Amino acid sequence: MEPNYLEYKGKYKGIFAWIFSTDHKRIGLLYLYAVGAFFCVGALLGLLMKLELIAPDKTIMEAQVYNSVFTLHGITMIFLVVIPGLPAVFGNFLLPIMIGAKDVAFPKLNLLSWWVYVFGALLALSSQFMGSGPPDTGWTFYAPYSFQTQSNVLPAVMGAFVLGFSSILTGLNFIVTMHRMRAPGMGWFRMPLFPWTLYATAWIQLLATPIVGITLLMIVAERTLGIGFFDPAKGGDPILYQHLFWIYSHPAVYIMILPAMGAISEILPTFSKKPIFGYKALVFSSLAIALVGYFVWGHHMFTAGMSGTALYAFSFLTFLVAIPSAIKVFNWVSTLYKASIDMQTPFYWATSFIFVFMIGGFSGLVLGALATNVHVHDTAFVVAHFHFIVFGGVGYAFFGAIHYWFPKIWGRMYDVKWANFGWLTFFIGYLALYGPMFYLGLVGMPRRYFDYLPEYHGPNILSSLGAIVMIGGLAIIITNLIISSRRGETAKANPWGGSTLEWTVPSPPPLENFEEIPVVDKNPYEYK
Amino acid sequence: MEQHSGHALVHRDDEASKIGMWLFIFTELLLFGGLFVVYAVYRHLNPVAFHLAAEELDVTVGTINTVILLVSSMTIAMATSSIKLGNKRLTLLLLSITMILAIIFMVNKYFEWGGKISHGIYPNSQTLLDLSQGDVLFFGLYYAMTGLHALHIIVGLVIIAVMFFKVWNGSINNDYNVQLENSGLYWHLVDLIWIFLFPLFYLIT
Ligand SMILES: [Cu+2]
Repeated sequence: MEPNYLEYKGKYKGIFAWIFSTDHKRIGLLYLYAVGAFFCVGALLGLLMKLELIAPDKTIMEAQVYNSVFTLHGITMIFLVVIPGLPAVFGNFLLPIMIGAKDVAFPKLNLLSWWVYVFGALLALSSQFMGSGPPDTGWTFYAPYSFQTQSNVLPAVMGAFVLGFSSILTGLNFIVTMHRMRAPGMGWFRMPLFPWTLYATAWIQLLATPIVGITLLMIVAERTLGIGFFDPAKGGDPILYQHLFWIYSHPAVYIMILPAMGAISEILPTFSKKPIFGYKALVFSSLAIALVGYFVWGHHMFTAGMSGTALYAFSFLTFLVAIPSAIKVFNWVSTLYKASIDMQTPFYWATSFIFVFMIGGFSGLVLGALATNVHVHDTAFVVAHFHFIVFGGVGYAFFGAIHYWFPKIWGRMYDVKWANFGWLTFFIGYLALYGPMFYLGLVGMPRRYFDYLPEYHGPNILSSLGAIVMIGGLAIIITNLIISSRRGETAKANPWGGSTLEWTVPSPPPLENFEEIPVVDKNPYEYK
Repeated sequence: MEQHSGHALVHRDDEASKIGMWLFIFTELLLFGGLFVVYAVYRHLNPVAFHLAAEELDVTVGTINTVILLVSSMTIAMATSSIKLGNKRLTLLLLSITMILAIIFMVNKYFEWGGKISHGIYPNSQTLLDLSQGDVLFFGLYYAMTGLHALHIIVGLVIIAVMFFKVWNGSINNDYNVQLENSGLYWHLVDLIWIFLFPLFYLIT
């Protein structure tokens, strides 16, 4: 037997055996630890904001501090946590195993991506500690404020640029891996759905990220050279900045959510003991989301000033992109129909994912419609909506994925009771936190304000208490996982009865995944 | 089992390397694409100023640089062919010519930029700000786009130098030469982008 990847000893010792490893599994875990640490930071910043909002007026911080806190929360969560979240962590760990390969196509490039990620993260975070105060622009770096503010925007923008590089390299690596390294017999339509969503995601990473890269460089040129592209005083157009920014940042939402959908598509059939309903529809809906999602960015700018034709077109396309998402929900629910369901922790996460994702999706239609958008634009409603998608969608899928693949990754089982209790606490806290924000937005509470009128007090109390409960749930979940990864019971190779290739190798997998490359002669979801 | 060093996989797939390079080239095109969009929008909004500002640029220097890059694209393509035929000396010669041409391009660029800067035309300069907004944007784009392109020339130059060294020490040879081929692809990309920049800034007046 090969030693497993956790125990394998190579050229380097100690921590160097990890940070210089080109093994996709170790790199996946490196990402997990980095993403996990940044997530905790981002979540605590979110809690601080909610504590500030527990009562009107100043509660725990000044307005300027609040501005930098929501900026840092946004930058951390978007660029450091959610975008690399599922692709870089679970994609790295699982993609080669799920398609029957020994590694990704370019293992060294893969390690480089992680280093670039760490460098970009440190650069972005350095903006907090040097220069003229933490950035206060929000994660969107809207012009002209982003080059007029005295705060230290430059390192944050450069950091986001560098992080984009890392994201591109990961996407590139995955595309080539899937084209060149699928096991014999695994045609495209025998590939499991999580790799499929990674494939669609990788194309978005590749085709959208360069646009934000150049846009951020233009902000750098604006701040350092005063080049004038977005400066109305020099003939530049700030709205052009918004276009360029959202040309990337809307598709970025699909970089986040597509792999999340992929993870859900793996979890549901396993715990239903039933082939996934509508495999091909799920594949094509992923590709359709990636394609149409490229053309909807204008819905972030309905009140910014665009021609009527552009407004109608962007609104229509936004409604169009809801269709493939709805197809997915329909297929997931149909998979559960008449299934012999095994109620386990990942299953709770997956079903609660569908619930919150639908709330997020429907509220997205409210925002995609022109008339209602004007009413709720820049209110707490928007914040509730995208947290239901980005945190509700991606977050739930991430936790579902980690509870699903945990025995594979560490070869141990977590404590199921604590895991379920953590999920329930988190779920209740989550709904109490974001639910009231829909109402607050509808009655007119703006987003990004550290203060509000007294009539908004009641729902804000509920929301802040929800935040405390949710953070409590998170603490339970994370503590349980950390302790179990060291001391949990030994797990079998296939504890859930999964049918994809990662369950055919030992837990934890050996260094090279497969002693012999498997020959695939069946579809991914067939259960006995 | 213990023969693998740090990691097990010794896996060579030239086709994969080439696909990877092509994908990277897409991202580069899109990176410049963002600037081309900005150019298109501001040209549309300031047609007269862009027309007049373009006449300030020296078409001769631009043409010379275009020819230089086209020839260098040819020499690097020939270098790839000659290494496949196993002619190491010719490959080294062709790579040297490519590098010399790239350096001449940069020298031209230096004098061109230097000339403009000595006339006080550079981003945020008072002379430029006294001109129309269209001029500010035209020269802003001129510096941003040719600057980013020049940065790519420098990166390309370093890559070709590395390739030169690898051919010289034999690690790139008639059997294994995908790295040189990919470097050639990258250099063609740099050339191609210039082929778009040249008319946009120098010819369309
Ligand atoms: Cu959007």
